[in-house]
Amino acid sequence: MRIAIASGKGGTGKTTVSVNLALSLENAQLLDCDVEEPNCNLFLNHPLQKLRDVGTQVPVISKDKCTSCGKCAEACRFNALAVLLTGVILFPKLCHGCGACSLVCPEGAISETIQVIGSIERSVSHTHRIELYQGVLNIGEPMASPIIRSLKEHIDDSRTVIIDSPPGTSCPVIASITGADFCILVTEPTPFGLHDLILAVELVKDLQIPYGVIINRHGTGYEGVEDYCSENNIPVLMKIPYDMKIAELYSEGVPFVLRMPQWKNRFLDTFRELQVLTGRC
Amino acid sequence: MVKQITVISGKGGTGKTTLTAAFASLADNALIADCDVDAANLHLILDPVMTSKLDFYGMKVAAIDQSKCSACGSCKKGCRFGAITERFVIDTHACEGCGVCAFVCPKEAIVMNEHKAGEVYRSMTRFGPFVHARLGIGEETGGKLVSMVRKNAAEMATVHGNDLIIIDGPPGIGCSVIASISGTDLVFIVTEPSVSAIHDLERVIKVAAHFRIKTIVCINRCDINAEKTTHIEDYCRENGVKVIGKLPLSENPTKAMLEGRTVIEYKDDIFTGTVQDIWYRVHRELVSQ
Repeated sequence: MRIAIASGKGGTGKTTVSVNLALSLENAQLLDCDVEEPNCNLFLNHPLQKLRDVGTQVPVISKDKCTSCGKCAEACRFNALAVLLTGVILFPKLCHGCGACSLVCPEGAISETIQVIGSIERSVSHTHRIELYQGVLNIGEPMASPIIRSLKEHIDDSRTVIIDSPPGTSCPVIASITGADFCILVTEPTPFGLHDLILAVELVKDLQIPYGVIINRHGTGYEGVEDYCSENNIPVLMKIPYDMKIAELYSEGVPFVLRMPQWKNRFLDTFRELQVLTGRC
Repeated sequence: MVKQITVISGKGGTGKTTLTAAFASLADNALIADCDVDAANLHLILDPVMTSKLDFYGMKVAAIDQSKCSACGSCKKGCRFGAITERFVIDTHACEGCGVCAFVCPKEAIVMNEHKAGEVYRSMTRFGPFVHARLGIGEETGGKLVSMVRKNAAEMATVHGNDLIIIDGPPGIGCSVIASISGTDLVFIVTEPSVSAIHDLERVIKVAAHFRIKTIVCINRCDINAEKTTHIEDYCRENGVKVIGKLPLSENPTKAMLEGRTVIEYKDDIFTGTVQDIWYRVHRELVSQ
């Protein structure tokens, strides 16, 4: 089963839920798809091994063959090519690697090469029986989605796969949660949390992924999130209280189930609930 | 010349919007822009009255005319984004709008359609003009929409004679962040003393340095972990980044948010005084440039 953890708003506790849930299960695979800011391994603290680079295809223009006809720049819808008197220049950060330029070039002057934008790393813990894969977007690179797509090639469906998604509701989130059997939306009981939860709910409905909510830092006194969930028949899978001990463990990078083992059972209960909700038990 | 400051964090939930809203209520003559187009929240505090609305068109999206399609498979072979299904229907979430499918189709069965991907709003608030936006669910042109917000902000600031644009940025380090900070005078990073926030801070400082933008750091909830706070201060010193202030853990941001107010409006206490002090120093950094 693939369980995606998403949120809309950042900083609500996606990584906390992902890591603690993974540690509560036996033999989970954890995918950190927040490639702009991958944090899961900070809580597992296992040595990371780089598996491979991830790249996108970019054009290479042969100066000898190019006649500066401009057809490539005209075909490029990402404005990644410009024609100057001296030839065609490429803005590699704008290139999506679609290949339109090489298709349209009448002189066969365009070949392609790989531009590295990030990497895939892996760590394994035998004590916790967790295998983690994370994607890392290189500094200054804009496009996260190609790395997420490459990362998902490592999914092992013989295990329970936990996918820690980036915040928001745009393309990197879609790339992360597509194909999930269930999506846990993590929120906090504040007006900001509710506003962004509603957006995240729209997204998972649109993608037709079954979903439920975990409320983190419960106990602010704000009822809006719970009211919204009950009015819309959205299951609230768990409430994690606003607790200084949890906050302190978080700041140190310690998953709280390791110090507060009673929570392991709570996460296991939630997992069983997911199995019921997705018809797996 | 209008100055621009962008508030970012790397990690989400460290207090970007809380501080941007506070700065909005402290600045004398600023325009506020919410560039967290994916999960915009600032309007919940600023309570804007909209004056105009503009449609945002992202990349065009392919559509296959089934009556012309011969199911030859050329489009599917040419598409590098896996956006064409077995039945030759476009998966609009996967389509990046490159137009390769339309180019290779021998039957001219594919057209590229305009696609509304969001909206930009120009508004007035009790603190001055405000620009924010909404990116459609699942859209992919966040960076482009951020640029449109900033263009509208710049135009509106000229009209209203504002001398400062305060930008609430998104989390992360990708396209929306790059679009939010490029060409600004100052990047203000809000962080907190946790392993995650520090990891993300280090990455986002590198992004700002990559684009050669002056950066200052504010440590929020500094008393949660004194040792990690010291670590941040040391790291910033070693990297030539000024720590402009530290804020203690406080219930004020949440309480203020529940009332739809900024922390400055909510209460006058030590926390508020610290925020004012930080704003004073930020302002001095901006003027000194």
